[in-house]
Amino acid sequence: MMLNKFNMSRKLIYGIILVAVLILPLVINNDYIIRIAVVAGGYIILSLGLNLVTGYTGQFCLGWAAFYGIGAYTSALLTLKLQWSFWLALPMGGIVAALFGVLLGIPTMRLRDIYLAITTLGFGEIIRLILMNWTDLTRGAMGLPGIPAPSLFGTSLDNKYFYYYFMVVLVIVGIGAMVRIIDSRLGRALVAIREDELAAKNMGIDTVQYKVIAFAIGAFYAGIAGSFYAHYTTFIDPHTFSFSESIVILAMVVLGGMGSISGSVVGAILLTLLPELLRDMAEYRMIVYGLIMMIVVLIRPQGIMGKKNDSRKKKSKATKQGDVTHGVAGG
Amino acid sequence: MLLQQIINGLAQGSIYSLIGIGFALIFGVLGLVHFAHGEVYMLGAFFGYILITAFHLDVFSALSIAIIGSALIGIMIEAVAFRPLRKAPDMAPMVCTLGLSIVLQNLAMLIWGSDTKSIPDVLESSSISLAGAQISGAQIIIFGVAIALMLALQFILYRSKMGRAIRATAQNKEAAALMGVNINQIISATFAIGSGLGGAAGVLVGIYYNAFFPMMGFMAGLKAFTATVLGGLTSVPGAMVGGLILGVVENLGAAYISSGYRDLIAFAILILVLLIKPSGIFGRGFQGKV
Amino acid sequence: MALLAVDGVSKKFGGLTAVDHLSLTVEKGMVAGLIGPNGAGKTTVFNLLTGIYPVTSGQVTFNGQDITNKPSHSITQVGLTRTFQNIRLFNQMSVYDNVRLGRHCRAKAGLWGALSCNHSTKQEELEIKNKTLELLADVGLVDRKDELATNLSYGLQRKLEIARALASEPQLLLLDEPAAGMNPQETKELTSFIGKLNAKGLTILLIEHDMKLVMNICQKITVLEYGVKIAEGLPHEVQNNERVIEAYLGKGASQCLK
Repeated sequence: MMLNKFNMSRKLIYGIILVAVLILPLVINNDYIIRIAVVAGGYIILSLGLNLVTGYTGQFCLGWAAFYGIGAYTSALLTLKLQWSFWLALPMGGIVAALFGVLLGIPTMRLRDIYLAITTLGFGEIIRLILMNWTDLTRGAMGLPGIPAPSLFGTSLDNKYFYYYFMVVLVIVGIGAMVRIIDSRLGRALVAIREDELAAKNMGIDTVQYKVIAFAIGAFYAGIAGSFYAHYTTFIDPHTFSFSESIVILAMVVLGGMGSISGSVVGAILLTLLPELLRDMAEYRMIVYGLIMMIVVLIRPQGIMGKKNDSRKKKSKATKQGDVTHGVAGG
Repeated sequence: MLLQQIINGLAQGSIYSLIGIGFALIFGVLGLVHFAHGEVYMLGAFFGYILITAFHLDVFSALSIAIIGSALIGIMIEAVAFRPLRKAPDMAPMVCTLGLSIVLQNLAMLIWGSDTKSIPDVLESSSISLAGAQISGAQIIIFGVAIALMLALQFILYRSKMGRAIRATAQNKEAAALMGVNINQIISATFAIGSGLGGAAGVLVGIYYNAFFPMMGFMAGLKAFTATVLGGLTSVPGAMVGGLILGVVENLGAAYISSGYRDLIAFAILILVLLIKPSGIFGRGFQGKV
Repeated sequence: MALLAVDGVSKKFGGLTAVDHLSLTVEKGMVAGLIGPNGAGKTTVFNLLTGIYPVTSGQVTFNGQDITNKPSHSITQVGLTRTFQNIRLFNQMSVYDNVRLGRHCRAKAGLWGALSCNHSTKQEELEIKNKTLELLADVGLVDRKDELATNLSYGLQRKLEIARALASEPQLLLLDEPAAGMNPQETKELTSFIGKLNAKGLTILLIEHDMKLVMNICQKITVLEYGVKIAEGLPHEVQNNERVIEAYLGKGASQCLK
């Protein structure tokens, strides 16, 4: 009975939020606020993707902006140079990003912890450097201006309502898909990999395959966010997709709670609003992100929405190495 | 020409080595990576800058004081970002020091501005010739200081009581504690040494390129980490060798292939090493009895 | 044909030979034991069988299939599952989720199944649920199924790990010191539990130090010392074997015991 009540109030809350989100632009006809909402939506999608890889599968990834950028540039170039329709370019951005996710996932499958973190960081930097230096394709630091706005049957959809509601759809679908993924055989395997990769392997899980799948799905999300961003802002350049951006997205996931879908949503919204609130203190923006990461880890490591970890015993370095030599000594 | 590029590479590499040794020491003793180590290097550089420009000290005094200052910063970082997280899962210190590095970079930008600073006439522009190549005064200082510091480190690690304690702690913390080693002190000492070396590298680089800027720690830290991985993450001599190799390869690559992609070379090496032999040149393999 | 055939398997770590040309077989339906003093290499053997370490030489055949050096997950998929000496449960998952995870390799749904929520996926999830509850009932953990695995007592954690292993429907179950840290009562329960599993047709190979358990339940015992097989046979044969006694108690001990 209590459970039913709880589910009821949860559904009620979600329902209220959904209604509020749907009527927002009609009630608050303020361009600035609508824009922030759209940006927040983009970050929700980015955070959901990163959370899948880092929060649920335990693969620490510091190059997330790379997939964001790959999606953006893919979509922009397809519409600019090949006159593709937005409706095809958008998913293509996600797909190409996913391919790069696989590309990154396969060689990193054996790596753990810091090796993985640095490799993903390196990957992020490599992509940024390529975007910056392959001027024939990307125009380097000059960026790609004039990215066409989406249109349907000849009519341009370049108005704030379209962007807002389309983002709402993307976010709802994104969250919905993520919930389904987590609560499935696939999702359970990913969590098992995070908890104890060796045990997961011994329970029949092909951890390589699943890590790659996680990267691919997460990167797809980031690519979609990138594609949307390219057409929303109509101008992109490599500076947007830097290590700082990766940090921002990571901070959102950490703050919201790693391994929590609602956490990614909350973290993304809060850290999108933050720089707006600190408008006058723009130079302090990154410091605040850094401090948030430190404070969350030191004080509430599970983030805002995460569950507290019962860290009864910290694994010793030997068991952390991923083999059973710690137990070998007795056998 | 080739010899010149190699000399330049060795100079740059010596600097990577000094930073990388810090990573190796800290990873060896704690098994954790210190994402803010590059910022310690950067702060060391700025200490040097301030000491030379505002206090008009000579290079060597500034260097010495900067080393001490960096060592102190290292001790503080350990107390704030590592010690409280001893029992936390391993991602925690990584995220924490990541956040710290962001904070330090941006604080430095606020305090000193993001433009590049330089010191006029800091070193005489003399140089000696060697088989057709030039070794500049700055490079001589770098080689000299780097060698001196590395020798000092070897002495500390292998000829002193504290060094023995550090090595013991790196191999087995619990056993070392049972043998009466004050683990907290040793960890602080390790951070002090590693950070001091990093700070020294910062001053040397600042003088060599005559450029001091808040973001200098980011790339240098990454590359030094690459050097350490190349040498074997927990190996101090490995970090030394790895740094030199990286410096030379990077210089040759930038000279003969393309300088725009210069930074990419380091990452390419990193990824190659991790894919082929993650334990590096001197490191122990992942397998094997513990 | 033996269910498991280990043929001349060796494992060297650098200069150290952990397992030296070991050959043993486990017949279908039997409960076999692998014993030996500490450092004998028993867990290393398990690690070799389950693909955690590559063998230096030799061959492992399971059900007629060569599984030498195959990846761990494939080995589990063909029917060989193990438990760990140091209990490796998924600590932040519930008891129920741990066992359910064991069922992973007997199901198929992937990304499409997750997103589409189609009929066959639903059926599969139902089957997984039923099987999991069944196994939990077998080990008496149903009423604690929603608790975190890490909160269970040591003895129950061991049971949980066995239940999880059983969820993968193995033909051969490798138990690594299942009775470690158990009191006599728990050991007795474990013994009868293993007996029941065997009676249902499960072949078992276990590493143990608890001689009472081993002698009671094993039909064949292989003894290792420093990676070398020094004896093999029925329990009472092994018990009275001089080499074995000396391995455990030291040289000359067998004389003292006479």
